[in-house]
Amino acid sequence: MCLAIPGRVVELAEDDPGAAVAEVCGVRRRINVELLAEERVGPGDWVLIHVGFAMSKLAEAEARDQLRLLSLLGEPGPTGEA
Amino acid sequence: MKQIDEFRDSDLIRRLLDAIHRLVRPGRTYRIMEVCGGHTHAFHRFGLVDLLPGEVELIHGPGCPVCVLPMARIDQGLALADDPGVILAAFGDMMRVPGTMGSPLQARARGRDVRMVYSPLDALRLAEESPGRRVVFFAIGFETTAPATALTVLNAERRGVANFSVFCNHIRIVPALEALLRPPGPGLDGLIGPGHVSTVIGSRPYAFIPREFGIPVVVSGFEPVDLLQAVRLLVEQANDGRAELVNGYRRAVPDGGNAAALAAMGRVFRERSSFEWRGLGAIPWSALRLREEFAAFDAERLPEGRPSSSPLAEEAPCGEVLRGLRRPTDCPLFGNACDPEHPIGALMVSSEGACAAYHSYRRRGESAAAGSAAD
Repeated sequence: MCLAIPGRVVELAEDDPGAAVAEVCGVRRRINVELLAEERVGPGDWVLIHVGFAMSKLAEAEARDQLRLLSLLGEPGPTGEA
Repeated sequence: MKQIDEFRDSDLIRRLLDAIHRLVRPGRTYRIMEVCGGHTHAFHRFGLVDLLPGEVELIHGPGCPVCVLPMARIDQGLALADDPGVILAAFGDMMRVPGTMGSPLQARARGRDVRMVYSPLDALRLAEESPGRRVVFFAIGFETTAPATALTVLNAERRGVANFSVFCNHIRIVPALEALLRPPGPGLDGLIGPGHVSTVIGSRPYAFIPREFGIPVVVSGFEPVDLLQAVRLLVEQANDGRAELVNGYRRAVPDGGNAAALAAMGRVFRERSSFEWRGLGAIPWSALRLREEFAAFDAERLPEGRPSSSPLAEEAPCGEVLRGLRRPTDCPLFGNACDPEHPIGALMVSSEGACAAYHSYRRRGESAAAGSAAD
């Protein structure tokens, strides 16, 4: 249960500012987004969902950075980025 | 699916594996512990264990909350359901985990009202829909799930749901790691930091591990590219004699964690001065319970919630597996007396348990080390 499932936010709930609907593996379910109030989750965002709560917004820029760094593999380059 | 497919890219996986094979020094072993049971399962599910060089030895850590829960706590939770007025709500992962008097599922077979829920909010809804009954939520998990329980308690308070309470078994990852690494410890060359718990606490709390124990840490995601990147960075650091903390899961883990989640936890919970872990013994400040102001929602304050003195029937060598001292397949019970259908220890049933990973993904008797030999 400590495993999170990635889901994509489809819409924010109209009846509850702390809730949203997310699509998880093709299934839509209501999730709680109160813990991401500061991150301002909106439709299209990817979030990690733990036991019905969105706990983290997946940052595309960070994902791209990681993949770009790794794509340089094989050539001598920066390592151990802290 | 974006955010996932790219981290399963076969070309990138191959290149990472090549890099690791080039980096390892023949004759030396790299003992790398993945703390999180989710990582253990991912290493096996994607077949990475067999693709890594034999020099890399994966050691499985204690990051499976149902596996480290002593049987006495399961007994104590199930005792609450002896009262016909009580509905005990638990995560699916808990249902087949044995206490000394059987599992929650077996308690249900004996007529106890035990329900499976996906979220603590489902347990709260059940309470609202069941006036006249008391719903006790069997709360379990590291800081990953603790904020969800905290928010649910806050919701219960706000909505005035008086028939809802929590049997709190939330635990903290950092005191457990500290206890595990203290000498003699499992002798590690690197540690893969848990990914999902870090979305809440951030990566900074692990800084003491390189500093005090000289062991490098890479916080990692759950996809093959994430895990191989973590192994590569750890092998590299071990070769260089460096020990640094790297956040390899920045797309999900801010260095400082989730402030709102930490605030909710701080408001609802306080630390227990000591908590018993299966395999690790009593660890100071390693678990959470509800603060006094939320006493009305604390099932441990119900008369039936007081600790029972059940004998510790820890006959299975789960403890040594949890501490990284033994592999699941080294256990004489593995696959014989203990399998997922008839588990003796929780490691065999939980979706985060190391024994369940070995049983699902490996042939009987085959150890991870043998599987990766190049013969």
